[in-house]
Amino acid sequence: MTAQAARIAAAQDAARLNRPEPFTPPLGDGGFFQRDRSIHPPAHAPGYKSSVLRSPRQSLLSLENSISEITGPVFGHNDLGPLDNDLIRNYAKDGDPIGERIIVHGRVMDETGRGVPNTLVEFWQANAGGRYRHKKDTYLAPVDPNFGGCGRALTDDSGYYYFRTIKPGPYPWRNYVNSWRPAHIHFSVFGSGFAQRLITQMYFEGDPLIPVCPILTTIPDKDALDRLVAPLDLNASTPFDSLTYRFDIVLRGARSTYFENRPEGN
Amino acid sequence: MAQPLNYLKETASQTAGPYVHIGLIPGMAGFDIFEKNFSNVLVTPDTKGERITLEGRVLDGTGTPLRDVLLEIWQANAAGRYNHPADRSAGALDEDFRGWGRAGSDFDSGLITFETIKPGAITDKAGRKCAPHVNVWIVARGINIGLNTRLYFSDEEAANAADPVLNLIEQPVRRSTLIAKRSERAGKVVYSFTINLQGPEETVFFDV
Repeated sequence: MTAQAARIAAAQDAARLNRPEPFTPPLGDGGFFQRDRSIHPPAHAPGYKSSVLRSPRQSLLSLENSISEITGPVFGHNDLGPLDNDLIRNYAKDGDPIGERIIVHGRVMDETGRGVPNTLVEFWQANAGGRYRHKKDTYLAPVDPNFGGCGRALTDDSGYYYFRTIKPGPYPWRNYVNSWRPAHIHFSVFGSGFAQRLITQMYFEGDPLIPVCPILTTIPDKDALDRLVAPLDLNASTPFDSLTYRFDIVLRGARSTYFENRPEGN
Repeated sequence: MAQPLNYLKETASQTAGPYVHIGLIPGMAGFDIFEKNFSNVLVTPDTKGERITLEGRVLDGTGTPLRDVLLEIWQANAAGRYNHPADRSAGALDEDFRGWGRAGSDFDSGLITFETIKPGAITDKAGRKCAPHVNVWIVARGINIGLNTRLYFSDEEAANAADPVLNLIEQPVRRSTLIAKRSERAGKVVYSFTINLQGPEETVFFDV
C-alpha cells in the first residue's frame, strides 16, 4: 500500500469508527510552483539588443493560479500527421536533405521529476547551412529544397518524445556586426496548464559559439544555461545511420491535490 | 545538512526569435508542410456562443507595431467552462470548442486577429464570479520569456468592476490596459485591443 493510500484508508477508518480524523495536509489547489525567475533571462537584457524596446518595465503582477492558468489546451494524435516527427522526410521532394542525420530524444518532466504525458512538443530550426525556410530570412546560405525545418510530437505516457532531423548550422545575425548563433533547435512545449507554456532553444554539446552568444548569455545562471546544451548520446545512436542527442525539458511542477483523484495522477 | 529536496529546475526560456512561424504557423513562413495546422480560428460552425473577432496590435517602446510577434489565446467556452479535465465547474462542455488558438501578426501592419466566441463568466475557487476574459501569451524576437496578460470585454462593466484579478491592479488607470473595446463592423462584433510593451500605458503583465 502506498503512503498515500494508507493515509486515505486511515481517514476512512476514522470516519467509520467516528473517531477524530488524523492530521492530513490541506487540500492543494493544483496551482503551479512559483516560477523561479532567477534562472530565466530577464526581459530587459541589453546585450541582446532586440530586448531593449520589447521588455516591460513595470513589475509583473503576481497572480495566484486560478482555473484560467491551471488549465490549458489538450492535444491528441488526431492533431498530428504520421511524418510530423521526421524532419528528414516531412518535406523531402526529390531526395533527403543535406546534412548530418541526427535523432533528438528526451523526456518532458515537471519539477517533481514526473513525466508530462501526452503534451505537444513543437520544434523548428535552420538547415545544415544555417538558413531558415522563411520568407524573411535573407542569409546567403541556400535553402535546401528537401528540408522544411519544423516538426512536432506528442509525448508518450512517461513524457518521452523523439524526432529525426539534420543538424542545423550556425548563422550570422544583426546584434553586433560579427554575432553568430550557435547551432540550435527551437522548442515549444505546452504541459497540462497554460502557466507551464514554454519556448526555449536546444544547443549542441561542444559548440564553441555557445559562450559568446548574446541570446544564450541572457541567462544569468550558469547551470540553467548548461541545461539547454544537449549532450551527444552515443548509446542511443544508430550505427551507420544517425547520431543522437539527448534533451530533457523541465516544466513547472504542480502542487499536489491530496485526496483528490486527479486525471494526471498524484 | 538537511536532507536534499531534489526538485528539478525549470528549463530556462529563450526567445522564440523572428522565425517562430516556421515551427508554429508554417504557412506564414511561406510553405505548406503539415496535414493539419493550428490557426487563429477557434470556432467551427457548431461552436456555441456569440461570434467575435479579437483584433489588435502589440507595440514596442517607440509605439511601433511588432510585425513578428506571435500570440496564443486560451479561454473558456460560452458557458464559462475550460475544455480541460481540471475544470469541473458546472457549465456544459462544448465538444466543438477547444478554446485555444494562435496567430502571427501581419508582416506589414502588425495586425493580429482571432475568430472566436465570447467566453462565459468563470467561477473561481472561492466561488466568486470572474468577469469573462481571454488569457493571452505573447512571444517574439526580443521577448526573452513569454508574457502573460488577459483581455476583458468593454461591455462587461459591472462584471469587470467586481473581477478579483482586475481589482488586484493597484492603479485603476492600469486596469483599462486589459479591456478590449467592443464595436460592430459589417454586422460582425469586433473587440479591439492594444498591448503596449512599454510606456505610460504599459499593459499589465502577470507573473502567473
